[in-house]
Formats: sequence, C-alpha cells, structure tokens
Amino acid sequence: MLSVKGLTKQIGEQQILRGIDLEVDAGETLVIIGRSGSGKSVLLKHLIGLMTPTSGQVYIEGKQIVGLKERQLLPLRKTVGMMFQGCALFDAMTVQENIAFPLREAGERDPKIIHDKVAQALEVVDLTGHEQKMPVNLSGGMKKRVALARVVITRPHCVLYDEPTAGLDPVVSDSINHLIRRLQKRFGVTSIVVTHDMKCAAYVADKVAYLHEGAIYFYGAFDELLASDDPLIQDFIEGRSGDSD
Amino acid sequence: MLLLRFLGSTALSLFGYLGQLMFLMLETVRSLLTTPIRWRLALHQILEVGYRSQLVVIVTGGFTGAVFAAQTYFQFHRLSMDTAVGAVVAVSMFRELGPVLTGLMVAGRVGAAMSAEIGTMKVTEQLDALRSLGVHPVDYLVAPRAIAMMISMPLLVAECVGIGIKAGQFVAVKLMGVAEVYYVNYMEKFTALRDLEMALTKGFVFGILIVFVACNEGLRSKEGAVGVGRATTEAVVIGSLLILVVNFFLTMILNIFFPGGR
Ligand SMILES: Nc1ncnc2c1ncn2[C@@H]1O[C@H](COP(=O)(O)OP(=O)(O)O)[C@@H](O)[C@H]1O
Ligand SMILES: [Mg+2]
Repeated sequence: MLSVKGLTKQIGEQQILRGIDLEVDAGETLVIIGRSGSGKSVLLKHLIGLMTPTSGQVYIEGKQIVGLKERQLLPLRKTVGMMFQGCALFDAMTVQENIAFPLREAGERDPKIIHDKVAQALEVVDLTGHEQKMPVNLSGGMKKRVALARVVITRPHCVLYDEPTAGLDPVVSDSINHLIRRLQKRFGVTSIVVTHDMKCAAYVADKVAYLHEGAIYFYGAFDELLASDDPLIQDFIEGRSGDSD
Repeated sequence: MLLLRFLGSTALSLFGYLGQLMFLMLETVRSLLTTPIRWRLALHQILEVGYRSQLVVIVTGGFTGAVFAAQTYFQFHRLSMDTAVGAVVAVSMFRELGPVLTGLMVAGRVGAAMSAEIGTMKVTEQLDALRSLGVHPVDYLVAPRAIAMMISMPLLVAECVGIGIKAGQFVAVKLMGVAEVYYVNYMEKFTALRDLEMALTKGFVFGILIVFVACNEGLRSKEGAVGVGRATTEAVVIGSLLILVVNFFLTMILNIFFPGGR
C-alpha cells in the first residue's frame, strides 16, 4: 500500500532523515513513535509528496512518486489523507465548509448530499451543533476532531495521522483512538499514526516503528517493543530523561 | 572590486527574483487554461480588492487632481494661460498620476493583505493541507486573485483619473475662477481616447505586478510571524518599486502605440 526505500532528507546542514525503509500493507496500522524533533512529521510529509527527499523512493499503491510534478501528484493524494499536527484547518471557512471542502473538490455538487455527509461526519466526531463556528473559536480537541472529519469524509484508502491525540484530555484522546480503530476495522483504512502517546500506540498499533535521530531504531509488534530491554526504548516508554535533581 | 562583486550578486538575485515571478505567472497561465476557473473565489476577491479599495483610490485621485490643478494654475496664471490648466491636469492624470498612484495605493493595501493571508496559510500548514487534499495552491489562491486584479485595477485607475480631473476642474473653476467653458474645451481638445487606453493598459500591467509579487512573497514566506511580516513588507516595497520602474519603460513603449500630444 505505502512504502519507502532508502529515504534521506537534508535541509541546509541538517540531516533530518538518514535512510528510512518502511512498508505498510493494506488495512494495517503502523504507529511511528519517537522523541520530538526526530523527524516524524517530516517523514509523513514525504509519504504524500509534500516534501521532496534528498534521495530514496516513495511508493503509493505501487506507484513511485518521487520526481513527479505537483500536478501529477494531486490525483494520487486523493487516495491518501493526512491529518496535520497543527490541524491546518482553513481559518477563512466555518467548520461545515472545512469538512465539505474535500467533497466539493471531489466533484460533489448536490448541496443535500454534502449537507448530509457533513452532518454524519460531525456526528461521528461528536461535534453536531458546531457547524457554523470558525476554527479560531474552537478548542484544541475540537480542532483535532474537525481535522479528522475533514480527512476521512472522502474515505481515503490510507490516512496519515500526525499526533492525533497530542494535547488532548484523556477522554477525547480515547475517543479519537476508537475512531482510528473503527475506520480501520469497518472500512479497511490503512493507517500510519505518528504519536508519542503510548496509550494511543497500544490501542491502535499493528506494528510499531521507533524513529530515532532520523532512522528506524526499532520495528516490530507493540508487545515486542514493550518487551525490549534496549535502554533507549525503555527510557522512551517509561518517560525517563536520565536527569537527576 | 568589492563594488563589482556587490553589483554582480545584486544582479544575480534580481534575475533570480524575476525568474520566480515568471515561474509563478506561467503556472497561473497554465492553471487558467487547463483547470476550471473558480469564479466564486474570483468574485470574492474582486469585492475584496476592487470594491473595498475605492475609498483609498477616490481620496488619492481627488486630492492629487486638486493640488495639481492648483499648482499648475499658480504657474500658468503668471503667463495668462489659465484655461490650459485643465488640459495639463487631464493628460497627467491619464498618463502618469492616475495609474502610478492607484498602483502604489493598491500595492500597499491589497499587496500587503494578499501576502499576509497566503503567508499565514503557508506557516500554519494550510497550504500543505490544500495540497494534501489534491488542490494546487496556484489554482485555488493565485489564479482567482490574478483574475480579480486584472479586472479591478483598470477600473480603479479609471475611477482615480475621473475623480482627479473633476477635482482639478472644481479647484480651477470654482476656487480660482477660470472660465469653465474654455477650461473644458481645452481639456477635451488635448485629450483623446488613446490617453484612456494608456491609463487602462498601465493599470492592467500594474495589477499583474502587484498580484504576482504579493502571491510569490506569501507562498515563499518563511516560518513564523516574523516570516509573514517580512513577506508582507517585501510585497509592498518590491511591488511599489517595480511599479515605478516598469512605469518608465511602459511609458516609453506605450508612446509608440498611443503617442502623446497632438
Ligand atoms: N521546513 C523545515 N526546514 C528546516 N528544518 C526543518 C523543517 N521541518 C522540520 N525541520 C527540522 O527537522 C527536524 C524534525 O522535525 P519534525 O519532523 O517536525 O519532528 P517531529 O518528530 O517532532 O515531528 C527538526 O529538527 C526540525 O527543526
Ligand atoms: Mg511533529
């Protein structure tokens, strides 16, 4: 479904990704964990061609996308949705318009169908009644849920989530975890979830990749991660900085 | 030696910048030719840049025409050429003052707004979100703004010129006591359709300059509030300077097609 081979990215002097190989099968959920600044967001952006790698290949459903022009990438991106770390809601549009946007762009013109689908999506993310609000007037958790609704409304085959639960209260986090899981179970959506929330990882992961300084340090099932006696991984799981008072 | 190197690097970055603008223009032309035009967004922009710029343009045109008529009158009166004031005001407003002042005002008002809006979208990942949803930022943001500017600017220039001429006439006739019949008669004798054509052409070209400089600055804006602020400032400064420089060459070229004088 999605794979990368030998992906490296250098911006200026900084080597952000140093040779990444990953493969995600259809219907599978891969969780990418790692410290802040380890290159998780940059990796996700390469997967749909928002950034161009210094070297390496990226495949979407078997098609190599590195080197394609922006206009050739546009149709491919409709099969892969991305939920951004900062939500990236269009701040000139209401909640309703944000969620309807991908539908309209997919060619849906019937206002009744658009209205119904948006209402349904809002119900799923528990935001019914907030249609006419502007993004600036939403709380962090509401923004995340609007962003989620906007991504999944066109039923992409694959969804990339960049820290979907970061900064949310435990209850909202839990409901987002359930949503991710439900999309995968019910619609067979392939998912890549970037997170450093271990609860989220435990709940949704089929496979886990631990990204460390721009390279995959560990790849395997979540249980294997927990069982690992590697100090680096142990520190991450336990949340230890190694500092003492 | 140092001077040479400085000139060299300045010329290089100038060509680099013009290259960026050309690239954006070509991408926009391609967008206009190959993808459906988003008329709803274009109309919204026409309202934003055209309709809402009118107050600025009216005040600019009115007071420029008025002060220009007054100054011309003070000089011409000594030569007993009072009635020629209208002709001078009208020709200057049409050919230079109207287009250039409208261009500068719109570069400030609209260029800043456009670069800030697009720059903010860039740094909050809204541009990436557009792209991830399969929408080209040029199709969605630049093309409608370009259409709006190409339609609005000539109209704004015409408005500025019209108001300027009327204000000049008011000052000369009502305040200075120049005979209105002669004033209008001379003005009509010395202006022609080609003056209007020149004004509209200049307005059109300046509109294109403003919109592509502003969009380019926004699209390339660097991270953070500082990046957006910088993009906004540069959009206004570069847009205004380009208008003044291009205006000179445009005057020289357009004089071949729409010769001045009689
Ligand atoms: N557009 C960019 N330009 C320069 N450096 C960047 C850019 N995007 C990310 N970086 C750098 O790449 C590194 C990884 O960033 P990121 O992928 O956002 O980390 P995270 O794993 O927290 O998501 C950071 O050091 C960041 O400063
Ligand atoms: Mg990140």
